Formats: sequence, structure tokens, C-alpha cells
Amino acid sequence: MGLKKKFLLFVSGICLYLCCRMFQGNLLSLIRKDILIEWRQKHTLFGVLLYVGCTVFVVYTMSGQPDTRVWNALFWITQLFVATNAVAKSFLQEPQARFRYYFTIVKPSTFMMAKMIYSTILLLAMSLVSLLLFNVLLGNPIIQTGLFVLITAIGSISLSVVFTFLSAIAARANQNAALMAILGFPLVTPMLMMLSQLAIKAIAPVYQPGWGNLAMVLLLLDLLVVALGIILFPFLWQE
Amino acid sequence: MRRSWWKVLSVILVAYAIIGGLLLPVPRQHIINETIRNLYFHVPMWFGMILLFTCAVVYAVKYLRSGNLEHDIYSAEFTKVGILFSILGMLTGMEWANYSWGEPWSNDPKQLGTAICMLIYFAYLILRSGMKDEEKRARLSSVYNIFAYALMIPLLWILPRMVDSLHPGNGGNPGFNSYDLDSNMRMVFYPAVIGWFLLGLWMTTLSIRLHLVNHKRDNDFHTTNK
Repeated sequence: MGLKKKFLLFVSGICLYLCCRMFQGNLLSLIRKDILIEWRQKHTLFGVLLYVGCTVFVVYTMSGQPDTRVWNALFWITQLFVATNAVAKSFLQEPQARFRYYFTIVKPSTFMMAKMIYSTILLLAMSLVSLLLFNVLLGNPIIQTGLFVLITAIGSISLSVVFTFLSAIAARANQNAALMAILGFPLVTPMLMMLSQLAIKAIAPVYQPGWGNLAMVLLLLDLLVVALGIILFPFLWQE
Repeated sequence: MRRSWWKVLSVILVAYAIIGGLLLPVPRQHIINETIRNLYFHVPMWFGMILLFTCAVVYAVKYLRSGNLEHDIYSAEFTKVGILFSILGMLTGMEWANYSWGEPWSNDPKQLGTAICMLIYFAYLILRSGMKDEEKRARLSSVYNIFAYALMIPLLWILPRMVDSLHPGNGGNPGFNSYDLDSNMRMVFYPAVIGWFLLGLWMTTLSIRLHLVNHKRDNDFHTTNK
């Protein structure tokens, strides 16, 4: 138990450090810029929303109202596809020339953090919309709503940080979003496995030993991805 | 110029692993029986794979620090031979599982983890083959290699330990831990691990030399303009 507490303290220390870093740089203005662009170019935002709606509707027409385990699986598969579409825009939608401009005004790590936070916010919104649609169309098997929303939020963070980094790679390779999906699907598979395992607790009354450990591993993995993204992004950025 | 004692050692050790592995006595365990000999062939593949991928990551980091394209060639070839080892490990494991578990694929967490790890490295090959520009290919694939390795290690070591596995030594199955693996088996197992790894290293050096020659020929002004 003592080890676990120390561990939690360590993790929260890192989070605190990241938060402090957030407010001193131009991170906030970068995030605000991305959200502003998103709001002004409404067609991309509503395009993704339409995509979410269509995906859930297609799932509904094929499965009707499935039992809880199938519901869970379908929900996370939908999350995966929504993530590829929503997050792909973070690097692929801006022209290469603009990156050269950003390069001159901000540090690469700040830029990466901004993109990650922005895509997390975007994906979180899309996830909640798809959760709502799932509840309306595919039935509502959720027992602990708060817990499920929390896991959805963790899922959004996990998926968006991985896909943001991969979309940076795909953008540098002058490729389309397909490359991002090819690189990303194997990498997020373990995360999706863990997420669906975690989510089972909120929708079915089953006894799950080691649930807390699994959640901790997932959060650590997220931290690892963020740290790697910040360390490795400067190398992607060089011309 | 190149010392070749370790190549001889590799041949001797692998030959010993094959002959000794098939002929020397092994302890008789419930269910596993004679298939325990697969330990000498299946497990060294995973050790070899991890070590080769580790070498690949070391050279990927070296490339990012130095910008020397030769390091990228090293990294890519280590990865390719690592992928070969993972395929061989998967095949030997599935063959063994066919007799011990009754089917080649039974959703064992270790099998799942390995399958995902193979997919990750196949994506690496696709990323590399998609780019023509050498510098860019080297940089992006090095970055992806480090990223993939850092995500793969927790996957291979933590995830199978959180769920019960069908593998020997897990979930109450008889296995190769300190009580079950007797000293006779150790006498073959450790040499087999070293031998197979050295063989993989040898294959990698051959492949690296081939690619270095190609690289030099492509970048040599006189030969490319003939």
C-alpha cells in the first residue's frame, strides 16, 4: 500500500509539473488559436460531428440493441474510428509552410503539448456526443454513469495523444491520414483492450480483481506517450 | 579484419542446442511431457527478438544524435531480423500450442501481446517503404522505432502478468521456474539462447554489410554517373 501511495504521489508530481509548464509559456494561446480556427472553419468541425453520427447510426442499423458486452465492444471500436478522423486534422490540416512559421516563434515541446491538449479536448467532445448517441440508439446498459464517463475521458486522452504524435509523423512523411491509421491501429490496440476491460466494470456487475492496477498502467502509458512525444517531436520538426 | 570467433561459437552452440535439445533427458511434467523441448527453440526466439529490437533502438537513438545514415541502416536491419525472429517464435509457439493446448490460437494474453507487437513492427516496415527521401525516411523511422519500442515493452512485460496466462509457469501451470527447470535443462537452455542470438546477430551483420555496400554505391559520384 505504501508503494502505491508513493507511486501516486510521483505521478501527480509529474502532472503538477506539466500544469506549471502549461501556464508559463505560450501554450494557452496556441490551444486558443487551434480552437478558434476550429470554430471559424465550421465545416471541418461539423464534418466530424456528422461522421460520428453516421458511424453510430450504421452500427445501430446493423446491431439494433445488443447485449452489454457487444455494446461495449462496439462503443470502443467507434471511438477508435472517431479518433482517427478527429485527431488526424491536428497536423494534417495545416499547410507545411505554416509549421515553418510556428517553428520560429515557439519551442517544439510547447507546440506538441498544445496540439495534444487541443486534440484531447476535441476528441473528448466527440466521445461524449457518441456516448449520447449510443445511449439513445443502442440502449443504455450503463450502471455507473459517472465511472463510464470518466473512462471515456481517459480513453479520449489515450487515443488522442497517440494519434496526435502519429499524425505529426504522417504529416512529415507527406502522406495522408491513411498512414496515420496504419501506424496507429497496432499501437492503440493494447490501450483499447485495457479501456474496454476497465469499462466493463461500469456496465456489468462483475467482480474484477486488479481493476485499479489496470487503470494505473493505462495512465502511466499515457504519461509515457506524452513524454516521448515531447522528447521526440523536435527531431520530427527539423528540416 | 573482423574477428569471427563468435560466429564459430554461434554454430557450435546452435548445433549443441539442436542435438542436445532433442537427445538429452528432460524432466517429465504433467501435460507438457516431451514438448518441453520446445523451450530450447521457442523461448530463445523471444530473447533474440527483444535483444535485436533493443539493438535497433540503440542505433535509432544514435542516428537521431549523429545524423549518420549508416546508423539508420544498422537500426533498420536489426529491426528486420527481429521481425524474422518474432515470426519464427510465433510459429514454434503455435506448433507447440497445437499439441499442448489443443489449438494453435487460444487468445492467450502473451499470444495477443506478441501479435500486436508484430503488427507494430510491420507498420514500421510500411512507414519505411513509403518514403523515397533517405534523410527523411531515416529520421521518421528512427522516431517511430523509439516510440514503438517504448510502447511495446510495457505491453510485453506488464499486460500478460495482469491476466492469467495458459503458458507454463503461469496461473498454476507447471512451468520452467526454479523448481521445475532442472539443471540438465539449464545446461542446454542458456547455450541455446546465446547461440540463437549470435546467429541472429550474424544474419544482421551480413544484411548490414550488403546494405552498406548498396548505400556507398548509390552515393558514389563515379558509379552513379556511368
